[in-house]
Amino acid sequence: MDYAGVVFLEIIYMIAFLALTSAGLAVVFGMMRVINLAHGEFVMLGGYTTLTCYKAGINIYFAMLIVAPIVVGLFGLIVERLIIRFLYGRMIDTMLATWGLSLFLIGAVTMIFGSSAVNVPTPISGYELGSYQMGGYNLFIIFVAAAVMIGVWCVLRFTRVGLIARGAMQNADVASSLGYNPRTVYMITFTAGAALSGLAGGVLAPLTGLLPTSGGAYIAKAFITIVTGGAAVIAGTVSSSVIFGVISQVVSFASTPVIGEIAMLALAIVLLRLMPQGITGRFFKNST
Amino acid sequence: MSDVVETHELTMRFGGVVAVNNVNFNLRERELRCLIGPNGAGKSTFFKCLTGQLPLNHGNGRVFIRGSDVTGWRAHEIVRLGVGIKTQVPSVMNGLSVEENLWLAARRIHGWNGTAGAAEEIIAELQLGDFSKRLVGELAHGQRQLVEIGMVLVQRPWLVLLDEPAAGMTGDEVERLAKVIRRINQTASVIVVDHDMEFVRMLGSNVTVFHQGAVLLEGPCDHVLSDEKVREVYIGTRAK
Amino acid sequence: MITAWRSIGGVRWGWFIAFALVLLLLPLVYETHTPTVLLIWALFALSLGFMWGYAGILSFGHSAYFGLGAYVYAIAAVNIGESTLPLILAVFIPACVAAVIGAMMFYGRISDVYMGVMTLVVSLIMFKFMNATAGDQYAIGAARLGGFNGMPGFPTLNVPGAPHISLWGVPTYYVCAVSLLICYLLCRWILARSFGRVLLGIRENETRCELLGYNVPACKTAIFTISAAMAGLSGCFFANWAEIVTPSVFSLQTSSDVIIWSMVGGVGTLIGPILGAMALGMVKLLLGQQTLINNFLVFGFILIVVVLAMPRGVIPSIQYWWGNRSRRSRVPSNGGRARRRLTVKPAERS
Repeated sequence: MDYAGVVFLEIIYMIAFLALTSAGLAVVFGMMRVINLAHGEFVMLGGYTTLTCYKAGINIYFAMLIVAPIVVGLFGLIVERLIIRFLYGRMIDTMLATWGLSLFLIGAVTMIFGSSAVNVPTPISGYELGSYQMGGYNLFIIFVAAAVMIGVWCVLRFTRVGLIARGAMQNADVASSLGYNPRTVYMITFTAGAALSGLAGGVLAPLTGLLPTSGGAYIAKAFITIVTGGAAVIAGTVSSSVIFGVISQVVSFASTPVIGEIAMLALAIVLLRLMPQGITGRFFKNST
Repeated sequence: MSDVVETHELTMRFGGVVAVNNVNFNLRERELRCLIGPNGAGKSTFFKCLTGQLPLNHGNGRVFIRGSDVTGWRAHEIVRLGVGIKTQVPSVMNGLSVEENLWLAARRIHGWNGTAGAAEEIIAELQLGDFSKRLVGELAHGQRQLVEIGMVLVQRPWLVLLDEPAAGMTGDEVERLAKVIRRINQTASVIVVDHDMEFVRMLGSNVTVFHQGAVLLEGPCDHVLSDEKVREVYIGTRAK
Repeated sequence: MITAWRSIGGVRWGWFIAFALVLLLLPLVYETHTPTVLLIWALFALSLGFMWGYAGILSFGHSAYFGLGAYVYAIAAVNIGESTLPLILAVFIPACVAAVIGAMMFYGRISDVYMGVMTLVVSLIMFKFMNATAGDQYAIGAARLGGFNGMPGFPTLNVPGAPHISLWGVPTYYVCAVSLLICYLLCRWILARSFGRVLLGIRENETRCELLGYNVPACKTAIFTISAAMAGLSGCFFANWAEIVTPSVFSLQTSSDVIIWSMVGGVGTLIGPILGAMALGMVKLLLGQQTLINNFLVFGFILIVVVLAMPRGVIPSIQYWWGNRSRRSRVPSNGGRARRRLTVKPAERS
């Protein structure tokens, strides 16, 4: 019974992890069809921001929930202005440029912080579930992931800003003839996506040692998650996170974590083959 | 005379919308037929079912071309039977020149040596000589349409399917196109999907009117175009 | 009459012979260890660049076939003891795997970013799998897979039929150089034929090629297979050069390196990826030897600059500039060499 509880929580955690780390990429891909391959590095920057703030004495929750998104969001704004905005509509070129950016960031962070791992302590201690010791911090992550998903969905669905953004994404010409500058919309959207990535990085920092190359662990899974999810930002991310989270954890528990990861990757191939436009290209069409 | 094209209860649904509703359609050999109807009537969807661009299974009904059951066939397999297809949005190789486009089209039928000659013949026939060396992407819309028609014709099909061939063409080009279509009709059966009433009148063939996914009326051009029901469907209750 | 295609199918023999002479005479004036790996990387880049530039298929996980070539060679060489059959297998098996995966993708109408993900995932699966095979129980025949430590100590290339006459050192350099030249000519030959032109047509407008009656999925699978065979060959040579095969041959790093080299060199030409790989490979090796400026920083910066300023790549930009200087005024085209750009605008995506 306890074991079932553990497995259940681990599955929920994996879903939350995937959703949270993919959120920033999902916003940018779902809204603008831009694949930001430096997304993993934005997450990593969020982690290093949190670390720097923590070392400077700032409250850790403030650092990870407020400062990290703002800093990385601003950085995303600079990137958009300097690089991305020249490449709209050119998906492959954007991927290549952001790949270059990710390499550049890894290099820069290595030169500034050094290449050995640094640790941020977990602010929430563990608890016991029956005879198992659980990480309490994982619950916090699940909570943050859920809040982010619901928050983004509400913004897109219920606010005017969200509506303008969705409109501009559907048809830039119509948006500009209504008086909204699509370029500004893209800029704000990219910044928001970067901020979300920073938030994810800040929140995840206490979990493992921070390395300049941490981003690499996030980008592949996030990329696979959102592309399999399809064009809808929240529905796509959530549905593919659920499927991948469940399968990867179930297989991990049944055999080894490596097999679990491989199972998730193999599943991605199968899903894409069956649904070439992603999950929300086939089901849940027209959802946000 | 056996039928060149036959559909049995052809149905196509997109989500909850029935775009093509149980259509039984026949085209005789060497016939020229225009498919008309207001926007959303299902003509283009029907067209794509014939060309293999929409995947069909046996739940969608059946499509026969010269007696062969082509339901579920892919587009290139249907084309290899001897069918020529021109799509609604000009589907040409923008980065290659007119000559190169035509060469590629001709190559599938002719050997290496005969291909260049066949391409030149079409260039002469459709008067594409003025811009034959230019990249197709640089041409005007109407010229691109003409190139695409050339690519279709150079393969000498016995069934030609044209989706809005006159779109974006000038008055002169439309007249030229009508002549070309009538000439094609001397050796091939033709289906033309279009909105442009003037163009349809120019062709003066039998007409099939689509409405809400089904065939509303079929018959000779003048008869159909002056029919009350057809006017209502197109224009509303005010007659011209 | 057909002007543009002439430049694609035709070999500029002057340049080719000059290049070949440079390659073949290099060992007389320089050591061959570093140039060998540059040739290997050039062949790898050629395999990707050929498929990407002329058929429009960009694989994000081409390291899968590079790595398969390396591992297949190592495993087969340990088991067989002689190098001829392992080399053939190192070309054949990646080709077969690619045929299966390619057929699955192309007959399923997967394209664009979705294909990028699938190709990436295939290479990741191989990477994770190989990483986890440490331990004696993971072996194929007499060959222990070695996990993240890799497989050292397999027999390297020898003269076919004479296992005791090794080709290590300068002879291996020549094998690589000749292979690169032959593969280059093979690519040119394919491009000169109808198949090559159909590939260009597919790159330009897949729908139209289909509607002309060409079996597009079959063509794409075929080029994917040929490309994987070349990548496998380069992987096999890499195994011989490094004398050890580790899972890093399947890594994302390897896949991204070859894409960067091809892009910077110039996708849309054959010589672009070759020179790009050699130049940037050299830069990578030099940078690896110093610690002042970080490797990644430099490469990242180069890639960003190239994408923004010379999206066609270095070689095509030079050709364009050169062509504009010496050509009489022609019909001004946004085409010309620019058509070689492989950008996907939203309207073109179906």
